Amino acid sequence: MSEAESLVAQLVATFPALNGRVTVQRAKRVWIDVDRQVFPEVFRHLAKDLGFEVFCMITGLDEGADLGLIYHLARNDGLMANVKTRCPKGESMETITSIFPGGGIYERELIDLLGAHIEGLPEGSRYPLPDNWPKDEHPLLKDWKPREKGAQDA
Amino acid sequence: MPDKKRTVRVPIGPQHPALKEPESFMVDLQGEKITSVALRLGYNHRGIEKGCEERTYMQDLYLVERVCGICSHSHATAFVQAVEEIAGLEIPRRAKYIRTLIAELERVHSHLLWLGVAGHEIGFDTLLMYSWRDRELVMDLFAELTGNRVNYAMNTLGGVRRDIAAEQFPHILKIVDALEERTKYYIELAMTEETLAQRLSGVGRLSKEDAVRLGAVGPTARASGADRDTRRDDPYAAYDELEFRVITDDRCDVFGRAVVRLGELMQSYSLIRQILKQMPEGPIAVKAPLKIPAGEAVSRYEAPRGEDVHYVRANGTDKPERVKVRAPTLANTQSIAKMLEDGYLADLPIVVAAIDPCFSCTDRTIAVRGGRDSKTMGWEELVQYGVRWYRERGVDPSRIKVRGDESA
Repeated sequence: MSEAESLVAQLVATFPALNGRVTVQRAKRVWIDVDRQVFPEVFRHLAKDLGFEVFCMITGLDEGADLGLIYHLARNDGLMANVKTRCPKGESMETITSIFPGGGIYERELIDLLGAHIEGLPEGSRYPLPDNWPKDEHPLLKDWKPREKGAQDA
Repeated sequence: MPDKKRTVRVPIGPQHPALKEPESFMVDLQGEKITSVALRLGYNHRGIEKGCEERTYMQDLYLVERVCGICSHSHATAFVQAVEEIAGLEIPRRAKYIRTLIAELERVHSHLLWLGVAGHEIGFDTLLMYSWRDRELVMDLFAELTGNRVNYAMNTLGGVRRDIAAEQFPHILKIVDALEERTKYYIELAMTEETLAQRLSGVGRLSKEDAVRLGAVGPTARASGADRDTRRDDPYAAYDELEFRVITDDRCDVFGRAVVRLGELMQSYSLIRQILKQMPEGPIAVKAPLKIPAGEAVSRYEAPRGEDVHYVRANGTDKPERVKVRAPTLANTQSIAKMLEDGYLADLPIVVAAIDPCFSCTDRTIAVRGGRDSKTMGWEELVQYGVRWYRERGVDPSRIKVRGDESA
């Protein structure tokens, strides 16, 4: 059994609800689709018990009513686990900084660019937008459009 | 009597204390010692990810290449690999070798650049002059091979845009020989010149545990003993057909970071020779569709500064639904505060420079709303404002002649 296939077997054994929701894209890429409610448990298990100690990044996606979130993790042998979950806009996700202290900057990015709500994120300056950028404007949302060049403020 | 425990807060930046890019440090000091550091990033956000959603894949390739001026090939390759994976394109072997050749030349130019900057930050400007002179050899080679010294635009969807002729190989090898000799000299210098070792040893310490915990990547992680390299662990392009060693060091300080980069230069020379020796014959690209079928992929790439990660989601049109870029500096900045803690303020420039930062992130035309005296200007208006501002201070810019504009 390949590394990726054995990861699938391990995950499904621990979380039977993941049966059919873990896919192997190629030798080094595994995608895991989890519900928001079990996400913290699955994520912690991957990071702490299955050796996924390299935290790469979080991708945020505007999927209409939901924010799609993909947490990209990797293991030292190069196997990458991409954990996908969805969070209804306006509701909040738990921070991952208790597991990966360096992950806060990616969560701040989600807050600024997609209007995500993250629970338990330590105090700190925003990233990457300027301090006086309007709080309700999130440029990576699909309905956000940049203003015309030279347009004046409303 | 002065209070010895008094903490002084010093703002440093957004003008960088060492490099040419903006970010800001809020440093708490007790005497000369740093007790804590808070970082603020984002001064250079240009909205490239949003821009990618509004352009075609081919246009995005050129936009993404401009995420970073130094590792432009890295970002372009990371992006194009993700798109090719979604489209199911298998690129020719020769294209893989050419991509790898440019990648390793880019590592050479980037590491030589770093060596010079590091020398400069510790007042060793002779090293800056030497290593940047040597770096010119690679830059000129890029101009010969690709037509440009930076932003080489070698990649295209499905392969590379330019072939490299066998007649060019001897010249590449000659330059690699010259650079190898120079690098050996720098390694000898690092190992025998005591002032250099003393200045860098023990500075900017980052333990292996912290490097892993905070997500450090590239030479920064490897100099803290973390044995990771995407080229070996998750091979792409032609790396699975080439022999090389992953250089690690357990000094965990700035000196270790220098040793790792110097060692990596030697590995790059060996890789370039192997590439030229094994370069397969054949086409350099396959035809790529304009519309990419719906799907998603993540691509990893070992850039000179650490791992680039690109995520692309396609929706069946000629434009991507989402492009996400993680540059290595964002990962490494998380460790800076840790490296600076308990160090001296005077070490801040070299410690920051030692992660080889590249704060290439952010904006060009953000209109800031609210705030006193805030105003949005068009380009013409901004030019007029600039002219007026200087005139009020006794400078008349209209008398300055710009070349090519003599008629004005």
